[in-house]
Amino acid sequence: MKFAVIVFPGSNCDIDMFHAIQDELGEEVEYVPHTADSLEGFDGILLPGGFSYGDYLRTGAIARFSKIMAEVVKASAAGVPILGVCNGFQILLEAGLLPGAMRKNRDLAFICKQTQLKVENNTTMFTTSYEKGETITLPIAHGEGNYYCDEETLSQLKENNQIAFTYHVDNPNGSLENIAGIVNENGNVLGMMPHPERAVDSLLGSEDGLKLFQSIVRNWRESYVVNA
Amino acid sequence: MSLMLEPSPEMIKSQREYAAMGLTDEEFVMVENMLGRTPNYTETGLFSVMWSEHCSYKNSKPILKRFPTSGDNVLQGPGEGAGIVDIGDGQAVVFKIESHNHPSAIEPYQGAATGVGGIIRDVFSMGARPIAVLNSLRFGELENARVKYLFKEVVAGIGGYGNCIGIPTVGGEIQFDPSYEGNPLVNAMCVGLINHEDIQKGQAHGAGNSVMHVGAKTGRDGIHGATFASEELTDSSEGNRPAVQVGDPFLEKLLMEACLELIQHDALVGIQDMGAAGLASSSAEMACKAGMGIEMNLDRVPQREPGMTAYEMMLSESQERMLIVVKKGSEKDIAKLFAKYNLEAVAVGSVTEEKMLKLTHKGEVVANVPVDALVEEAPVYYKPSSEPQYFRDFQAMTNVAPIIDDYKETLVGLLSQPTIASKEWVYNQFDTLVRTNTVVPPGSDAAVVRIRETNKALAMTTDCNARYLHLDPEVGGKIAVAEAARNIVCSGAEPLAVTDNLNFGNPEKPEIFWQIEKAADGISEACKILSTPVIGGNVSLYNETNGEAIYPTPVIGMVGLIKDLAHITTQEFKNSGDLIYVIGDAKTEFGGSELQKMTEGKIFGKSPSINLELEMLRQQQLLRAIQNGCVASAHDLSEGGLAVALSESLFGTDLGARIIVHMEAVTELFSETQSRFVVSVAPEYRVAFESIVQDARCIGTVTNNNHLTISHEQDGLLIDTSVQLLEQAWKGAIPCLLN
Amino acid sequence: MYKVKVFITLRENVLDPQGTAVESALHSMAFEAVRDVRIGKYMELTIEKTDQNIDDAIKEMCERLLANTVIEDYRYEIEEVVAL
Repeated sequence: MKFAVIVFPGSNCDIDMFHAIQDELGEEVEYVPHTADSLEGFDGILLPGGFSYGDYLRTGAIARFSKIMAEVVKASAAGVPILGVCNGFQILLEAGLLPGAMRKNRDLAFICKQTQLKVENNTTMFTTSYEKGETITLPIAHGEGNYYCDEETLSQLKENNQIAFTYHVDNPNGSLENIAGIVNENGNVLGMMPHPERAVDSLLGSEDGLKLFQSIVRNWRESYVVNA
Repeated sequence: MSLMLEPSPEMIKSQREYAAMGLTDEEFVMVENMLGRTPNYTETGLFSVMWSEHCSYKNSKPILKRFPTSGDNVLQGPGEGAGIVDIGDGQAVVFKIESHNHPSAIEPYQGAATGVGGIIRDVFSMGARPIAVLNSLRFGELENARVKYLFKEVVAGIGGYGNCIGIPTVGGEIQFDPSYEGNPLVNAMCVGLINHEDIQKGQAHGAGNSVMHVGAKTGRDGIHGATFASEELTDSSEGNRPAVQVGDPFLEKLLMEACLELIQHDALVGIQDMGAAGLASSSAEMACKAGMGIEMNLDRVPQREPGMTAYEMMLSESQERMLIVVKKGSEKDIAKLFAKYNLEAVAVGSVTEEKMLKLTHKGEVVANVPVDALVEEAPVYYKPSSEPQYFRDFQAMTNVAPIIDDYKETLVGLLSQPTIASKEWVYNQFDTLVRTNTVVPPGSDAAVVRIRETNKALAMTTDCNARYLHLDPEVGGKIAVAEAARNIVCSGAEPLAVTDNLNFGNPEKPEIFWQIEKAADGISEACKILSTPVIGGNVSLYNETNGEAIYPTPVIGMVGLIKDLAHITTQEFKNSGDLIYVIGDAKTEFGGSELQKMTEGKIFGKSPSINLELEMLRQQQLLRAIQNGCVASAHDLSEGGLAVALSESLFGTDLGARIIVHMEAVTELFSETQSRFVVSVAPEYRVAFESIVQDARCIGTVTNNNHLTISHEQDGLLIDTSVQLLEQAWKGAIPCLLN
Repeated sequence: MYKVKVFITLRENVLDPQGTAVESALHSMAFEAVRDVRIGKYMELTIEKTDQNIDDAIKEMCERLLANTVIEDYRYEIEEVVAL
């Protein structure tokens, strides 16, 4: 499986994402600059964390007008798996590929720490390697991860089983309904604030993020074999 | 058109305009003699910033000469953007610490943020990829609103810059004391990694080569920042706000990536950060180090505001700018490289044979001065020094142990002291993990960052207990280095080298100068004996508010090498049943201790003593035991003594400890005697460990009941408490003070 | 030329933690009469006259980039100025 890591000016978790795929997963991966006009040949798209365009105006607001985002929108419609982490999630929200918006953290400060998450839905292409209800540990690192959407959207999210991860026990940022990660209606776009790519090596404290990437690869292989 | 009419050379002299810029009468005469004429306004500005303490080290040069600066592994000592130490396999570590105290006192968020930005530029200007940032902070007691505001904003500023640029903030230290109330200290350290062949120097070689201004445009911010840093703060300093620069970490991220690409370009000759005194110091220093001159046409300098004068352009401290020298004819290629990152690179001048800094603006020569006069021939002062009476009084006191009624309450009290309490509130605001190499994040003795594609890691720390330095600057200076090395060793690393940030009061006061001298002597001796040369650093003097100096605070930044990832050790106890050892015996030493401060409300007497040979021996033995795999956890014994160190070794675990002590109880539990460690060892390694570490004494075992129980052989039970209670006090103290 | 002032605030039903923090700070400074604080963004745009209707242009800028209408409201003021 071949992944693209999209690099916006100010992305800073691009390298972490790259190494997680290459070193820990052993799959193919390439950096794709924000100025590129094609994502042909990539089987999965990763929008990394960071501070694209300095988070100026609003997180993700400027990045979503990058040339490459038109291709990401196309890929989304074509059912390609797309994962946005942290700033990547914020960009997906701004681009309208996922519903809702981000506010400043409840306590107004940037927070970096390990958090406990609950896997709410293990039927998405990103979560099948987890057990439903499983508690996992992933780090967060953000100033604006306080997820918001209106009531109608929230009931849709629930109805369609779009909430993938919630914060368990402690809600670090004030997120609505403890939401930490959601998928789109189609199930091929996942946005999440916690960083699975920072939890793929026991030397660094947790390997709980590995299953997320393994899920993507396994599901892609299965569909590829079935469709081939 | 400039709206301000610049005074003529005659007016500068007759109305002593130079004094307002920071030059003394004698210095102005020196300038006149060097030039053979009276300098004009721009030239006077150049001399005033280049001869400021911040740029010239004119007051501290004689002191800095005392430091050992060479060693087998040192590839670059003091004098460039940052020092460099070989770590094998063709790689080297680059690091430096720098202060941003005065700007942070005035505008704490931007002051701290631009401090981080500046030190990061120093490291990537050497050609290195920055891999970690640390800090060392000092504030007044968290009692009044102003101190709380400074503290919150400084922390936010450090995070704001480091998080955005994507370099993990992995460690640091913070202390609180009334002496810093009006003059907080904000020191930032950056560590980078480099391949030997990529090492760059800030030198302007090759007559005819092009000088280029890259990165952000030059604006009017921070003019005279270097001079400002070299003056005492007064109540009117807040009115100097325009001197503080505003940082743009997003731009710096682009600049860093562009410069790291530039390093691989054949056309690059030299590169230097435009830090303090901006274009003036970067151009003069690059020319001077190469033995050349530089000619610049200031009309070409990218300007953020209209109507800037030559004086303003040369002295601007706008952030996120670099000065580079490239081979003649390559300008377009270089501009193209930077354009890829949306950055400007503009040729503003060229290298000349004649060793002059020659500036033209609007068709006129606005400055023409010898570069050596600006850089190397800056005056050097040997300030008078005198031993203060307070020191003699302290030395005459005898060591006594404070009287304690309740050991448990005392321990809880100590753990709640802001200097000891958990700094989680601070480091949770820093991205400690970005780039996924942080093996040991903040909270242990030293931070550990792995080096990808090797089996090695780097340990790093900042340390300085200024209370000891206040009581005895020489011994305190030794302890600062020794403690840093202890932290490095506890993490499983071999100490490599030191960068220091000498924060002191006004050196023109003989008693302050005495502190500087003595502290430097102590640091020098410790660095020699512990084989950790000083490879660079920074001096910050005039840290006074309304005539009151801070405690002498020479912060030691140290980096160590872990040769095998299996050696990485942390302070937490690991397994129930492990044996707990203390290395080294306690003496009745409470001068400057946390217990003395807590019970007496002030510090006095003699600082704890230190025997550097013994220190070295114990560090070597402990490191050998760690490398042989005998050690489960290791923790430096510092503020608060043994009881605090034991508690800290239990925090974050669900374990407990049962301890028996033998000597006088207050001394055993709370003395801050130096060169000591708390170590846990699995029972099967008992013999091996004891045969390596001579002064280790088994004092108890790790238990699984999450209780800390300390008894005295004769006096019976001293402390019996749940670890949870201790941990709550320790974790809750700082958030509680801030609310 | 037009000088356009754009005001962006969080929508009324969206919690504004910054505003809440400032409000309680004002209370602690004895400005007890303060009932509500909402923090927003203010932008100044200088725009050349073109064939496009200026109102339409600004609305589009706000909807697409300047504000995120999921959580933010916007309003603007247009002033016609003489070009320098």
